[in-house]
Formats: sequence, C-alpha cells, structure tokens
Amino acid sequence: MEAALSVLVSVFFAVAFYLMLSKHTIRILLGVAILGNAVNLLIFTAGRILREVPPIIPIDHDTPPFEVANPLPQALILTAIVISFSFFAFLLVLAYRAYQDIGTDNTDEMRIAEPANEGLPPMGY
Amino acid sequence: MRTIIFRTVAPNLTSLMVLFSIFVLLRGHNEPGGGFIGGLIAASAFAIYGIACGVSPVRRALWFHPMAIAGFGLLLAALSGVLSLFQGVPFLTGLWAEPHLFGVPVAVSTPMVFDIGVYLVVVGSITSIALALEERDYD
Amino acid sequence: MATGGQSLTFLALMLPFLGAAVAPILTKGLKHNAGWLLALIPAWNFLHFWSFTDDVAAGGPITGGFAWVPSFNVNFSWYLDGLSLTFALLISGIGTLIVLYSGGYLKGHAQQGRFFSFILMFMGAMQGLVVADNFLTLFVFWELTSITSFLLIGFDHAREAARRAAIQALVVTGLGGLSLLAGLLVLWNVTGQSELSLLLMTGDAVRESPFYLAAFLLVLGAAFTKSAQFPLHFWLPNAMEAPTPVSAYLHSATMVKAGVYLLMRLNPVMGETQIWETVLPLFGGATLLVGTLLAIRQTDLKLMLAYTTVASLGLLVMLTGFGTEQAIAAAVLYLIAHSMFKGALFMVAGLIDHETGTRDITRLGGLRSAMPLTFSAAVFAAASMGGLPPLFGFLAKEEIYAALTMGGAWPGLILVVAITGNALMFAAGFAVALKPFIGKKIETPKNAHEGPVLLWLGPVVLAVSGLFAALFSGWSHRLFSSPMASAVSGNPVDIHITAVPHVSLPLLLSLVTIAIGIAVFVWLDRARAAMASVLRTIGWGPDRGFDQVISGLVRLAWHVTGLVQGGKLEVYMTATFTLTAAVLLVPMVLFGELPGLPQFPDLYFYEWTVLAIAVIGLFAVPVANSRLTAIVSLGIQGFAVALLFMLLGAPDLSFTQFMVETLSVVILALVMTRLRLSPADHRPGGEKAIDLTVAALCGLGFGLMLLRVTQVPFDDTLTQFFNANSRVIAHGRNIVNVIIVDFRGLDTMGEISVVMITGLAILALIRIRKPARIAPRRTREG
Repeated sequence: MEAALSVLVSVFFAVAFYLMLSKHTIRILLGVAILGNAVNLLIFTAGRILREVPPIIPIDHDTPPFEVANPLPQALILTAIVISFSFFAFLLVLAYRAYQDIGTDNTDEMRIAEPANEGLPPMGY
Repeated sequence: MRTIIFRTVAPNLTSLMVLFSIFVLLRGHNEPGGGFIGGLIAASAFAIYGIACGVSPVRRALWFHPMAIAGFGLLLAALSGVLSLFQGVPFLTGLWAEPHLFGVPVAVSTPMVFDIGVYLVVVGSITSIALALEERDYD
Repeated sequence: MATGGQSLTFLALMLPFLGAAVAPILTKGLKHNAGWLLALIPAWNFLHFWSFTDDVAAGGPITGGFAWVPSFNVNFSWYLDGLSLTFALLISGIGTLIVLYSGGYLKGHAQQGRFFSFILMFMGAMQGLVVADNFLTLFVFWELTSITSFLLIGFDHAREAARRAAIQALVVTGLGGLSLLAGLLVLWNVTGQSELSLLLMTGDAVRESPFYLAAFLLVLGAAFTKSAQFPLHFWLPNAMEAPTPVSAYLHSATMVKAGVYLLMRLNPVMGETQIWETVLPLFGGATLLVGTLLAIRQTDLKLMLAYTTVASLGLLVMLTGFGTEQAIAAAVLYLIAHSMFKGALFMVAGLIDHETGTRDITRLGGLRSAMPLTFSAAVFAAASMGGLPPLFGFLAKEEIYAALTMGGAWPGLILVVAITGNALMFAAGFAVALKPFIGKKIETPKNAHEGPVLLWLGPVVLAVSGLFAALFSGWSHRLFSSPMASAVSGNPVDIHITAVPHVSLPLLLSLVTIAIGIAVFVWLDRARAAMASVLRTIGWGPDRGFDQVISGLVRLAWHVTGLVQGGKLEVYMTATFTLTAAVLLVPMVLFGELPGLPQFPDLYFYEWTVLAIAVIGLFAVPVANSRLTAIVSLGIQGFAVALLFMLLGAPDLSFTQFMVETLSVVILALVMTRLRLSPADHRPGGEKAIDLTVAALCGLGFGLMLLRVTQVPFDDTLTQFFNANSRVIAHGRNIVNVIIVDFRGLDTMGEISVVMITGLAILALIRIRKPARIAPRRTREG
C-alpha cells in the first residue's frame, strides 16, 4: 500500500513542480493547489497506512480495542487542508489583482520590484 | 447559474446545510466531524446561497459581517483558553463540567467552546472570501 | 582589593555611559552650561584613578571585575598597572577639559546635547579599552571606540565630506577590530589564557609558539589601522571633518593611541623578536617621515596637526618596536608629552577657527594682541612639541636620542629618521603656534578676540601641566613614567631624566634638530610648494585607493545581484527545484540509503481505480487547453485524494477535502472566468524538456524518500500516547478531533489565526483599487 502511495506522491510532486516552473501565474497557482495535496499525502503515507479503521474509540471502551489508523498525521493534515485552501484563495486573488493592475499574467513582464536594466546604485557617501 | 429552480431551492438547501454543519460541529468530539469540517460546510452553504440569489441577501441573512463572525470566533477560542488560567493550570488546558439542564446531563467543556470558535473562524473567513469574489462578479 | 573600591571602579567605567544617556536632557535645560555639570563625570573618574597611583607606583597592579558569561570564560574584568593607569588618567583628565571645551565650542548648536552624549560614550569606550583585562571586554570596548568615533566624525552629517570621513574611519578601524578579535583568539588558543594580566605571566609561550607569526600579523593589523600607520594613515587626516573637540580628544590623546597601547601592552609577551624589532620600526619610521612631510604641505591648521599626529604615532611605534628599555622609556615619555601638547594645540586651532572664522594658516596673522592667553598656551605647547626645555617634550626627546645613540647601522638609520621627523615636527608645531599670532594683523572673516573661559581653559591647563610635569620630573617619573615603562617592558625601569639641560651627545642632537627645524620654519612656504609639486607628480594616494575599493565593491555587488537576481521567476524556481532534487537524491545515492525494491502492492480493485483517477486528473491539468478542463481536472485529482482518505481510515480528512475541493473549484471558476486567459502552455519545447526533467527528478526524490521512510521501523510513541489518553484525559472518542482542539490546541489557535488573516488580506486586496485601471465593467445576466 505504502509503495503504491509513494509512487502516487512522486507523481503529485512532479506535476505540481512542472506547473510551478511555468511563466504564467494561473499555471503556477494550479501547481500550488496540487502541491498542497502532494504534501498532505506525503505526511499521511509517512504516518503509515491502515485500511478503513478510523481512529475513533467505540463507546464502551476507554482506548481503541483494535488497531486504528494513526490519528496524529490526520490531525496535522486536517488543519493543513484548510490553511492551504485559504492560502490558495489569497494567491488567486493576488494573481487576479496583479493581472488587473499590470495587465499581464506573464511573470517575465512583472518587473516592478526588480526592474530590468537597473543602473548602478548611487556611488557617493 | 441563476435559474429559477436553483433560486427557489437554494435558501432551503442553505438552511439545511447550516443545520447539518452545526450537527457535525457538535458531534465532532466523539464521531467524525468538528469545527473545521462544520465550518467548511456552512461556508459552502452561504457560497451556494450567494451564487443563487446574489450577495446582498446573504449579507442580510448573516446580519453580521462575516469577518466580524470570524473575529468573534477567534476571541471565543482564546477566551476558552484563558479560562483555564483562573484554575491555575496552563493556557488552553481543557476544563469539564456536567451541569444538569431539565434533569438531563449536558457535557460542557472548554474544548467544545474552542471548537465552536474554530467553526466560527472558518465560517466567517471563508464565507467572506467567497462573498467578496462573488460580489466582484456582479458589480 | 576591597569590594567598595571594586564597585567604585565599575561605577567609574559605567558613569560616562550614564552621562551619555542624560546629556541631551541636561543640555535641553542648561544649554551649553551643561558642560560644567557633565565635566564632573570625567573629573570624578580622574580623581578615582588618581587614588590608585601610589599603589601602582609601589609595584602592585590592581585587578577586579566579575563573571560575565562564565560558561565561555568571559569576564568583565579590569587590570590597572602603570600602562593602563596612565592612559586612564590621560583619558579622564583630558576628557574633563574636552567636555568643558565642547561646551564653549558648540555653544548654541542645535545638536549640542547629542554631541555631549557621543563624546561621553566615546570616553566610556576608551576608558574601558585601556583598563580591560579580559580579551572579549577589550574587543567590545575597542569596537565601541570605532563606532562612537564614527558617530563623532560624522557629527556634521549634512556634509558629504563628513559622511565620507566617518565611513572611512569606520571601515578602516572596523577591519582592524576584526583583526584584533582574530589575534586575541589566537593568543587565547596558544596560551589558554583569556585575561591580559594572566597572559603577561606566560613568559615565552607566545614567542615560541608556531602561531606567533599569525598572532603578530593580526595584532599588527589592529594596531596599525587604529593608530593610522602608513599606508593606512589616510583616515586620520580625513577625520578632521569632525568638530575640533573631537580632533583634540580622539585624534591626539586617545583613540589613535589605542593601537600604540595594544603594542605596548603585548610588548612583554610578543616583543623582542626579530620580526617585531624589524617591522615595527620600519613602518613606524615610514609613518614618521610621511606624516611630517605631509604636515609641511598643509595650510589648514587642523590638517597640519593631524599629519603631525600621524608622524608622532609613527615615532611611538618605531620606539616601541626598537625594544630597548631606554627606547621604551622614551616612547612612554613622548606619549605622555604628546597627549598634552597635541591636545592643547588642537584646542588652540579650534579656538582660532572659532574666533576668526578660518583655519587657513596663510590667511591668519597678528592675533598676538587679540588673544594673548591662547597665544601663550600655544607657545608652551609648541615648545613641548619641539622639545625645548623646560617642558616635558624636551625630556622625551632627550630620552629618544639617548636611546638611539648606541652605535651600529640600524640604530643609526633610526636615529637619522628620528632627527628628520623631529625637526619637521618642530617646524610644523611652531608654524601652528606662531604663524597665526605673529607678523602683521590680517583681516579675518570674524573680528578676533579672546574666547570665553570654556574655550581657553583646556589649552592653558594642558600647557601648564606640560611645564609642571617637567619641572617636577622626579615626582611625575615616580608616579607615571617609571611604572608605565616598567609595565611596557615587563621589567622594572627607572627614569631619571630631568628638565635641566646637561652637555651630552643627545643635547647636541637636539640642537641639530632645532637648527633644521628653524630652517624649515623660515622657508616653510618654499618647503610647502616643493612638497605640493612632489605630491602632484605622484598623483595617486591611499585615500583615493579607498574610494576605488569602495566603488569596486559596489560594482561587484551590483554585478553579483544582477547575476543571481535577474528578476525572472522561472529561473529562481528552476534553481530552487534543482537544488531540492539534488538535496533529496544525492545523499541517498552517496550514503547508500536508497529504498529496497518494494513488493508489488496488494490492492483491491477499487483502490487501483481511485489511484488511476487521481493520476488521470493530475496529468490532465498541465495538458488542458481550456480553463474549464483545467479546473475540472484539478477538481478530479482533489476528489480522488478525498476518496483515498476515505478508504484509508480518515473520514474527517475526507470530508474536509471534499468541502475544500468544492470551494476551490467554485472560487477558481469565479476568478478565472474574469481573467480571460488560456491556461495553455506557451513554453518552447526545449524549456519544457528542462522543466519536465527537473520536476520529474524532484518527484522521484520525494517518492524515493517516502518509500525509504516507510521501510524503516515506525516510532509510534506519540500515537500510543494519543490513543491511550484521548478518552481517559480529554473525554473525546474522536482522537483526531481531540488532538486538534485539546492536545494541540495552541497549534490550532495559530492556524485559525492564519485562516482569518488570509481572509482579511483577501478583503484588503479586493478593496484596494487604482481608479484609473479598473477592469472594464461587465453586466451579466443568466
């Protein structure tokens, strides 16, 4: 099971990075969205996999009477999902606003912070 | 997307979803569910309502600004943690009480209050994001 | 020693800093008269240090202090022997006069409080430097003098020349400070001692160590930068951009002597070696000649004095390096004399500037009758500088010549250098002290008259003390010169020389010096013109070199920045991901940590189906040609992940993922319909291939790492803890939820704050709009 998920995780990462290497903000955004899933799956798999037994204690027991799925990575991932979503929404709006103001979604043409052919800084004291 | 059927169904659907989200929130401590999931369900409910009927009815229905709801949630979560300081235990330590309401024992705890805070933050923030984006679409 | 004395000494070391803190407030209330009050601080320090003179003269150095960082053997400790005590007295004594003098000199200046503050800070730093025992205390105070001198030189920060001089001084002396730190660490390692007092007892340990050369060069780097030795002398004359009280204090008696202090301090353990006795006199002599020659060239009073200071520092280094006991005695006498006469002359120069509005020696004359007190102070100071009896400078010069007339080629050469330097300094000193006062009166920008008491007090006191110390030479030798010379040489030294001239070879040499000096003085204008033409021929100097180095650095930084930060996002990304792939894969291959070949996974059919759906969704995203396809594909892979969570025992995750994917698709659709962009790939094929390789390598790296991780035994301590305590302690049966709201509640608190902040940020982003550039409004129905 872990082996199959490892392969899946590597595909997730490869696709996410491939998209993020693009020049267009929209593709980068899609890459970021996939990257979040890739990382979550990575953490999930690293915490070992157990099929179909959610980490819930039956009502008449104080501790799980049988082996259950590892709850710790689940707790970490649960919050991570919500945070990566809000982060994704922020990036989306940022890209949208950048497109409105700069008129492009090509990162090569977004040169306000790092202008091309900037001259030497002032040389005095 | 603003078809007549959708517009008619949406308010009812939304109320059902919000009700369900509260159910999910409250059972979260013992069954699958909790503040994050409940919050997301309620937020999607408001987003659907917004898509179907426009943003203004949603804002009217919510009464408060969504961000204010989120802020109240954060405050609630923080207060639930502060409560434990008065008992001389570290910040955010869970406290439990079981008062009897009409003869029925009801478990009240600071983790539950905390979870309600989480729920409100998620509902508020995400509804606010969704509404803001929808609003731009029709302005 | 008694604890009372100990805490008083600590107070003395801290008082200047306290004074610096209150100086601006005091000055706001009392204006320039705050100087009187603030001068009490150095005056008290002077008296406090004076109380040690008898003990120290009797041969017992005084130590004290307390542990600062005990784990690193760093102490805040002090060590008062003849050398540091004399320095401390000079610093606090002249400091008192300087504080008073600045009260008068900067009277009415808007930033006078700041100036008082800076100068007191510097005083504290300098005092700490000379009495520090621990290496790191010494280093901290050494750096503090560099920083405070930067503030003082750049005090008049509205002028570019002052800014340049300040930066120059900071760069040069700051480099020296680093060199000092390295040198001290070498000494620490070699001897195992981190206190100067203990280092001085290690005998030949340093000299015999194989690291002697390294320590020697590093200490030299510190001393030569601080004490402005040729060819690093250029910052000192430039520092004359500072207000005159700064020059009179820092550039005569205190900061520039720190380098000499360091050499004298380390002389007992590092001196008397071949290299020490060659390199120091060589550079010292060169500095002496260059300094005096350049001093003759100047017409500005302060610059003349600055170059003679450079020359005097050269003389001191030369004598310290020469190394005989008599040479050290001569260095000590000259150092004390120089502090007094040079401080006085600087203050005179400032006084003339203050009263007449110019410091150009060619535009000054006949001030004798207008400023009689200043004139007499100047003459006394210049006489001491020129080595005339009965002043302290005479004693120093006699001792120098007595030390150098021992026969042989090397001492002979040094003697010739000393005579030349002294003669030129004689001429320069009297040029400063006499030219503005004698001759016929020249009109100056301001109508000159005697300055206020705050201004003439300093030079007069210093000139008189030069006379006093020489007349009562037995007393001053007993208290200062002999203990200091003993501390420098490491053996007891007794100095006997008096102010009464007696016929001998040194006296003859003095006469020769004076004769040459008078000749240069008489033909000063011609000598100046000759020097000027020589300098024009040379053209380049270390000062211009400094500019070239700094502008070279800026250009280099600019080129490097252009190279690594070209402004292309995909280049940054490619670099980051390439490194990520390398970090993941290279160690795994190098250390043989590659995962073993796993068994073919034993999955149910529906599990294979979900995996396949995820992969299909993934591959569809990059190749999608329309935005709708891309969004739907993104949704597919997200829902596939949610299904996976469901199948693998994580219902909470699954629900959350479902909701999030739904919302993602909705908002993505909302935004993308308005972007009117096709998500299709516009990259040329070559770039695509490179990106694909990088991405595939990264993916492979993560996959292999994960495989490897899952093949090692699992540490389930935490899991066991949560499983065991979830219901028992936290009363919850859904362990995941209990972890979120209870066990890791603080974490969750931070996370919901982040969610809320992104919400606020998005609202802000949407609401900020530039009126001119709003996208065209569209009305849509349906």
